[in-house]
Amino acid sequence: MNVNRPWWRPDGFAVYAVIYLTFIYLPVLFLPLFSFNKSKYIAFPLKGFTFQWYEKMINTPDLLEALMNSVKVGVAVAVVSTMFGLLAAKAVTRYRIPGQGPVLGFIMVPLVIPGIILAIALLILITQLDIPLSLWTVGFAHMLLCTPFAMLVLISRMEGFDKSLEEAALDLGEGAWMTFWRVTFPIVLPGIIASLLLTFTISFDEFVLAFFLTSTDPTLPIYIWSSLRFPTKIPPVLALGATIFVLSFVVVSFAEWIRRRGVKLESSSGI
Amino acid sequence: MSDPIISFQGVSKRFGQVTAVDNTSFDIQRGEFFSLLGPSGCGKTTLLRMVAGFEVPSAGEIMIDDQPMSATPPNHRPVNMVFQNYAIFPHLNVRNNIAFGMRKAGLTRAELDKRIDEALELIKLPGYGSRGAEELSGGQRQRVALARALIKQPKVLLLDEPLGALDKKLREQMQIELRQLQQQIGITFLFVTHDQEEALTLSDRIAVMSEGAVMEIASPGQLYESPGSPFVADFIGSMNFFEGEILSSTDSAITVQTSALGTVSVTNSDAHMTAGQKAWVAIRPEKMQPVFSNPGERANTTSGSMGPSAYLGDRSHFYVQLPERDDPVLVALQNLERSMAKLHKPNQPVWLQWASDAVVLLPRD
Repeated sequence: MNVNRPWWRPDGFAVYAVIYLTFIYLPVLFLPLFSFNKSKYIAFPLKGFTFQWYEKMINTPDLLEALMNSVKVGVAVAVVSTMFGLLAAKAVTRYRIPGQGPVLGFIMVPLVIPGIILAIALLILITQLDIPLSLWTVGFAHMLLCTPFAMLVLISRMEGFDKSLEEAALDLGEGAWMTFWRVTFPIVLPGIIASLLLTFTISFDEFVLAFFLTSTDPTLPIYIWSSLRFPTKIPPVLALGATIFVLSFVVVSFAEWIRRRGVKLESSSGI
Repeated sequence: MSDPIISFQGVSKRFGQVTAVDNTSFDIQRGEFFSLLGPSGCGKTTLLRMVAGFEVPSAGEIMIDDQPMSATPPNHRPVNMVFQNYAIFPHLNVRNNIAFGMRKAGLTRAELDKRIDEALELIKLPGYGSRGAEELSGGQRQRVALARALIKQPKVLLLDEPLGALDKKLREQMQIELRQLQQQIGITFLFVTHDQEEALTLSDRIAVMSEGAVMEIASPGQLYESPGSPFVADFIGSMNFFEGEILSSTDSAITVQTSALGTVSVTNSDAHMTAGQKAWVAIRPEKMQPVFSNPGERANTTSGSMGPSAYLGDRSHFYVQLPERDDPVLVALQNLERSMAKLHKPNQPVWLQWASDAVVLLPRD
């Protein structure tokens, strides 16, 4: 490839890359754009700049409550499924378990079952057991869905690091628990952070399971879906969408910064 | 004078159907540099890992300093290990790697700092304390792994092929340093290697292992000059074997009839053999002296023709074809003169001579 090609005569790959990125990001950028638009209708031409939809967002208790529901479920699901994922990854990579293949396969099955099937199956089961639908049942379903993702992330991280590091810690006098905290945990930490972010995101925007398994407490995707029927409710949702977009960008950057800083601190400090 | 620091008592280890170590008993003396030498899969690493506690013997007992170890987990054993790939903690710097095992030592910060500085001095890496693990070369990682284990003042230091990953020059240098270090601090080293040259260079005593069993334990010189079995003779260095049969045996010399070498007279042999017994006559390549003009009729001489040769710089290897033998005989010759390599041509007649005390006599089934 000619790297000295002038910018006004791009090659095929550059054109492809630009089109691809535009295709992915242009729709997302409409969200912040229309959230500052004065008109309550989402259509061009733009009518002028306003913060009123952000004000209205803050003053819509239903919306904020739905947001909080999603955050609560998302955080709980992220923590629990990452913990399960970590234990499973440790077991799979460090021990020889009889029937390991089939067990692993069954844990991974929710990855390939269509969400709607899983939702109906869980709904039938839960009503059969007379368990009342609530955010708890949503959280339980999300955990089922997220644990395989957490496992995939953490198994690859655990496989990547040398078993003799744990043996070395043992050899140098630490028991199993301190070996985990002093060696295993810091080394798999980037994987743990990645798993937390991934599982939180999956739970946060999951619609089908939440729709089937919640009662009167909507999660954010359900609230947004139900708002679509009322055009006046849409602009605050756009404002919320834009806010979440910015926040998640900040959170991911922060997590990455923490991770790099953490690694650096460990290796440069004294004892 | 026997003062064992490690005692293997009928130790076996089976992995399913595979027997990795088979009913092994021997002692390692306090302060020794002891090597386990054998081809891969001979059980030497399994034996080492049982001393460290990472593997549990299927049968038998390992005593360390007269204490039985079967119920002691690795973190409570008075031994430390240098791993094959060094296992330097990647998230810690050199200082924290070395300090890792000292958490429960009950030292003040200042005492610990002093100990770490001494350890860095010992491994000739002073000032490297704040380096990250990723910034170290292979040789430096190896030194840090050594310091990390030695700062614990173990009764035995276990080394699992620690020089295998280094290039030749560095490996030779580390061999010398390792030997000096061991003599300096006086700790028993138990060293696992498949490299016989390394074992010969470093060890006070070597246990040669094969298929889960210890074949012979002896000093490097003994193993090389008077090996106790055809396996050991073949495994350590190179050896030419000739089939033979004992003709007569007296206190001072044994006479052997061979098809390839004729009648061979052997002195200086520990073998107790009687007339009529089958035997191997074994001669090291460097102990066969090639002569290129007919020396006339004399004992311990045979004649053949030059086969292929290999020039190795400091020495040359010749393959000499004997009339009564299918396999050529390997002869090693120091290249003392610069022009020597040019002198020998294929198919040139050559006579081989050896001293009668150069011959190793081994039993043949």
